[in-house]
Amino acid sequence: MYGKKVKLRFFFVLLVLITLILSIFLILKSLEENVVYFQSPSEIQLLEEIEKKKIRVGGMVKNKSISIKAKEIRFIITDFKNEINVTYSGVVPNLFSEGKGVVAEGYLKDKSFFIATKILAKHDENYMPPEVKAALEEK
Amino acid sequence: MIFDNKIVTFTFLQFFFVIISFLGLIMSFVNSDFSNETVFNHSHTTKPLFYKISGTWGNHEGSLLLWLLVLTLFIFLFLIKSKDQTKQYRILTLLFQQIIIIGFFTFLIKTSNPFNYIFPIPNEGLGLNPILQDPALAIHPPILYLGYVGSSIIFSSTLAATTLNYISKEWAKHIKQWVLVSWIFLTIGILLGSIWAYYELGWGGFWFWDPVENVSLMPWLALTTLLHCILVLEKRLTLTSWVVVLSISTFTLSMCGTFLVRSGILNSVHTFANDPERGLFILIFLFCLIFMSLFIFFFFHKVKNKDSNSFFWLSKETSILINNWFMMYFLAVVLIGTIYPIFLEVISSEKISVGPPFYNKLIIPFLIPFLFAMAIGPKLNWIKSELENKTYLVLFLILSLLVSVFTIKNLNVNFLINTVLVTSAFYLFFITLRDFFTKKFKNLSQNIAHFGFSLLILSILFNNIFSTEIITNLKIGETYEGAEFKINFEKIEQKNEKNFKAIIGKFNIENSNGTIENLRPELRIYNQPNIVTSEADIKTNLLKDSFITMNLVQNQDYFNIRYQIKPFMIWIWFSVLLITLGGLKSLILNKRYEK
Repeated sequence: MYGKKVKLRFFFVLLVLITLILSIFLILKSLEENVVYFQSPSEIQLLEEIEKKKIRVGGMVKNKSISIKAKEIRFIITDFKNEINVTYSGVVPNLFSEGKGVVAEGYLKDKSFFIATKILAKHDENYMPPEVKAALEEK
Repeated sequence: MIFDNKIVTFTFLQFFFVIISFLGLIMSFVNSDFSNETVFNHSHTTKPLFYKISGTWGNHEGSLLLWLLVLTLFIFLFLIKSKDQTKQYRILTLLFQQIIIIGFFTFLIKTSNPFNYIFPIPNEGLGLNPILQDPALAIHPPILYLGYVGSSIIFSSTLAATTLNYISKEWAKHIKQWVLVSWIFLTIGILLGSIWAYYELGWGGFWFWDPVENVSLMPWLALTTLLHCILVLEKRLTLTSWVVVLSISTFTLSMCGTFLVRSGILNSVHTFANDPERGLFILIFLFCLIFMSLFIFFFFHKVKNKDSNSFFWLSKETSILINNWFMMYFLAVVLIGTIYPIFLEVISSEKISVGPPFYNKLIIPFLIPFLFAMAIGPKLNWIKSELENKTYLVLFLILSLLVSVFTIKNLNVNFLINTVLVTSAFYLFFITLRDFFTKKFKNLSQNIAHFGFSLLILSILFNNIFSTEIITNLKIGETYEGAEFKINFEKIEQKNEKNFKAIIGKFNIENSNGTIENLRPELRIYNQPNIVTSEADIKTNLLKDSFITMNLVQNQDYFNIRYQIKPFMIWIWFSVLLITLGGLKSLILNKRYEK
């Protein structure tokens, strides 16, 4: 039979393997649940059903579309092909303005209505989110 | 004598020339010499002198020159400090370090020369991104670089030691100094970045699990684990493979960070230019280094002293090993969360982002055993330990359980997970606190650092649990009336500064118990480049921060107001300083032993 040391080592290797598999499984599982997908207004039009998951919508803020009240801000995100209405109550980054790029995170109510929970801050005026750039180039 | 041989003299010359060119670049920034492309792109005559200087490393080219400067500085210091080591080892370390230096030097010359000339000479520069014009962020890059690049010397000397089969207790003692230096700078660098994000970005948080933050956290995790392994190596000459692998991964992760932020794959304030060529160069160089180090690790690394490798289940070695595995797990989580989106985009062109819930869910539960192991581990002996005279460990467990149950009981949060979490943090807190009185000065640095860590976790937990926030849109003169606060937007004032105009809002905030606070957040409109930033106004005291920011929405008369109460903020900063202090103590104390 195998010695005690070999048995112990075998047990140890097994333990390490199990933990490794378990942690990889755990990571991938929660990755699947917590990932936020990015979509452009046009892509949203093509959706077959409205999911309840959190998504990001990006594009340009349409000119003269911002209206603000005490509780909320409404605006329209466009990729010059399709647009989507957004309502938002929360902090607006400084570089948020009409005719500039924007990425909003939140939930779809239907294909033309989006409830944002967060508008992402941009760091400089020339910056355009790569997703927005790609979405604009696609048209 | 310092210059006792040619090699040291040449290394000094190398360092000397790099510092000359770095000082030259600083001078061009100070004098606003716009014939230099880097200066033209990132400076402006109306900028205050301090930010002209910090603008030197506030851009891609300059920061790479700084990177090169630190590389040469560290190898020079290493040669001076390692006189008692063998000649072969020192030369081989120098060789590996020079490979890195040559790589970065070529990179600098080929893709990002800081001294490009423009003609005709422009009259005015384009200016520095205003959110970088801040004291904390001005010193953040040099400090962080000392940590990042400092790990290069650990990388080089570990490779040298592996090749020569030089790893010993004495070597561990000698390399520990370098690990500590780089760890201290990295910790402070991350702290500065975090403080800056807290007050400048206006979101009121200090950690966002943003990819750029993650790339600094990954080397930190590897370096912290390495530090603990070195301690084991110094005492017991085991875990050598851990030390080698961690030394390699620390520097590789630092390089990875550089690659990710410089190549424009991650977008953030650190992405100075989107130049695929730069990314490609770093990537190739990175692969060469990884390949070289893995080759050395597999072919030269020999595990020695078989007999001292054995230790029993209940021992200090085991507890350090357990925590190593936890650290590796945290590292894996952060790594996957950071690179998975990039990976997915390349293979399926689907764009995703991974947010805080992912990290919270995967890291927080594992903090509990991690904290317990951190509390109990230092209590165990090397090799084999008995659980005699350790009843106080149980007593403290009951105490911390009681304390946390009483704290959590009346709060509107998930009872079970929060109680267990707070218990484990309090447990570490009490145990380390007790040690300050019973152990006196034995192992003081470890004690300070672990105490700091428990304080950090506690502050973060309570900060999360007790934070309140009000977001509203107000016109001038209006008052927001909530259940707990009344926010009165009294008026705005204008002020003209040298390089920006400021709109200062005056807010009176009335608490439910009648106390009134005056807060004055600012909006700054910078002239070059034309950017609006908001400056939060923060009132700090020992128990809480009151934090207010305002933003103006284009062409509207509403101001977007965010008011937050953030408890124990100052304790988060303070506890990180305590952790650093632990490292500093160990560094200075060891120096004294040497003499």
